[in-house]
Amino acid sequence: MFGFILRRLSLLIPTFIGVSLVAFFFIRALPGDPVLLLAGERGISPERYAELMHRYGFDLPLWQQFIVYFTDLLHGDFGTSISTKKPIFTEFFTLFPATLELSFCAVIFAVVLGVPAGVIAAVKRNSWFDHTAMATALVGYSMPIFWWALLLIIVFSGMLGWTPVSGRISLMFFFPKVTGFMLIDSLLSGKAGAFQSAMSHLILPTIVLGTIPLAVIARQTRSAMLEVLGEDYIRTAKAKGLSPFRVVAVHALRNALIPVITTIGLQIGVLMAGAILTETIFSWPGVGKWMVDSIFRRDYPAVQGGLVLIALIVMGVNLIVDMLYGLVNPKIRHQR
Amino acid sequence: MTAVSASVRPGRLKEFWRYFSENHGAVAGLVLFVALVIVAIAAPLFAPFNPDQQFRDVLLMPPLTRGSEGIFLLGTDALGRDILSRLIFGARFSLFIGVVVVSVSLIGGVIIGMFAGFFRGWVDTTIMRVMDVILAFPSLLLALTLVAILGPGLTNAMIAIAIVAQPHYVRLTRAAVLTERNRDYVTAARVSGAGPLWLMFVTILPNCMAPLIVQAALSFSGAILDAAALGFLGMGAQPPTPEWGTMLAEAREFITRAWWVVTFPGLAILITVLAINLMGDGLRDALDPKLKRS
Repeated sequence: MFGFILRRLSLLIPTFIGVSLVAFFFIRALPGDPVLLLAGERGISPERYAELMHRYGFDLPLWQQFIVYFTDLLHGDFGTSISTKKPIFTEFFTLFPATLELSFCAVIFAVVLGVPAGVIAAVKRNSWFDHTAMATALVGYSMPIFWWALLLIIVFSGMLGWTPVSGRISLMFFFPKVTGFMLIDSLLSGKAGAFQSAMSHLILPTIVLGTIPLAVIARQTRSAMLEVLGEDYIRTAKAKGLSPFRVVAVHALRNALIPVITTIGLQIGVLMAGAILTETIFSWPGVGKWMVDSIFRRDYPAVQGGLVLIALIVMGVNLIVDMLYGLVNPKIRHQR
Repeated sequence: MTAVSASVRPGRLKEFWRYFSENHGAVAGLVLFVALVIVAIAAPLFAPFNPDQQFRDVLLMPPLTRGSEGIFLLGTDALGRDILSRLIFGARFSLFIGVVVVSVSLIGGVIIGMFAGFFRGWVDTTIMRVMDVILAFPSLLLALTLVAILGPGLTNAMIAIAIVAQPHYVRLTRAAVLTERNRDYVTAARVSGAGPLWLMFVTILPNCMAPLIVQAALSFSGAILDAAALGFLGMGAQPPTPEWGTMLAEAREFITRAWWVVTFPGLAILITVLAINLMGDGLRDALDPKLKRS
């Protein structure tokens, strides 16, 4: 297992170098002079220009600039945002809990509905439930989530007036940030109604972001269950006289969950892409919205740093999924 | 699947169709898709109005409004343009995007993956590490940044989406080549003097097609969704292009006042993507012997 982890980790090093190369050259490929961009519209004197060129290292050859950039990255220096003048690392991780909270709730939503739906569909194969659930899953899987978000807003915020349209909590509530997770912080604040307000803000974005993972998980659970239900040990369990519920819930589901867990792990990229759209539509102050805003503000250091940080998170989650998978499946562990 | 491509043996095609047609959803998807293609090609025949023509007397009117020029079946947008006509012309963009993205990423991905799997060694390592890098970024974020650099627009959006879709083809081709390259028929072709290019693209490739075709269907719908998402974020096709995602972006501000300007473009995206995914499921069941009849 140790060798397996080392092998996986060693693969991450070239990927990380590659990711930082991409982020570096993306920004260098942009038209325009970076110093003039920093100077803004007021312009700049030639002496000041030369000084800034030197200070930011733009007078160095490109490969040396990359080495400086990469060394900074290794020291945790992801650059400074042009628009807020704050370090990108701090900015990113101030907003990240919002994205994490939303993604976490979306995954819970998807698993809580998707796994049972997949199990029932498999056990009652070809029943009306199976057909309805799988048809719904296919619709969910094909959903343009930015449109889905607008529809939900029209119905639940516009027509019914049940949920707010944007933000994380009503402006009436103000309390110090403890964990960065609004649901927990609102409970800790002890203010009446704060938790309900946070919940009502969270519910639509959760449904929107969780829809595609929900569809994928339901489909994946169904096909994994169908495969497992045909195995000999299920017949043995049935023959032993165990209750059908025990056979399905304990013997079958436990084995079917392995591919499902992998699927959930692989949804992280989908979630981050979905977070970009969901957060933009619901004005959710997370890293997805921040990335889009930075792109539109032409805050290139922020885009650059954000790209690297998000890629690092995706790589980290994939590594954990790989390790979990290796832990439960020795065949993968010994593969080269 | 160890036989040669479907076109050489009509029996294969027939067998494929038998499995495919068993899946009613897949057939429905196919019919819908063909209908969409016909509508897109013959858009001027189907569209009741010019998609860019503004009828100033019927601004933001609900479906079935009767104007001086005729009936606006799906209503009009804020500039008085007929939504149905815009949707019909928009089908051209979505299908065009799908075709271009799939062709570019499929051809590029197959060639790159073929080289990786066939030559192994440092070529393979380099290619696969580069693909890892692309896959480390969430696809929409990478596409969004690429478009921000290249400049917003439909062509750049297609380039970006094709680059992002590429690694999946590379991985699939490489994996298929790795299982095929040591089979007897490949060795036979090699000893009878076939060169590496012949071996790669004539001997091996036809036997790797099944997973690639399924992936092509999947990424066709993915490309339409991504392009619409880019359009929605203002980074894809630019107004007044009647691209569905761009139409949604324009409609956003009327969300509380005019449900139809928001509902129909999204419905068009959903139906198109659904039709392609239904077909994709049918293709997978018919082509993948492992999943057949499961």
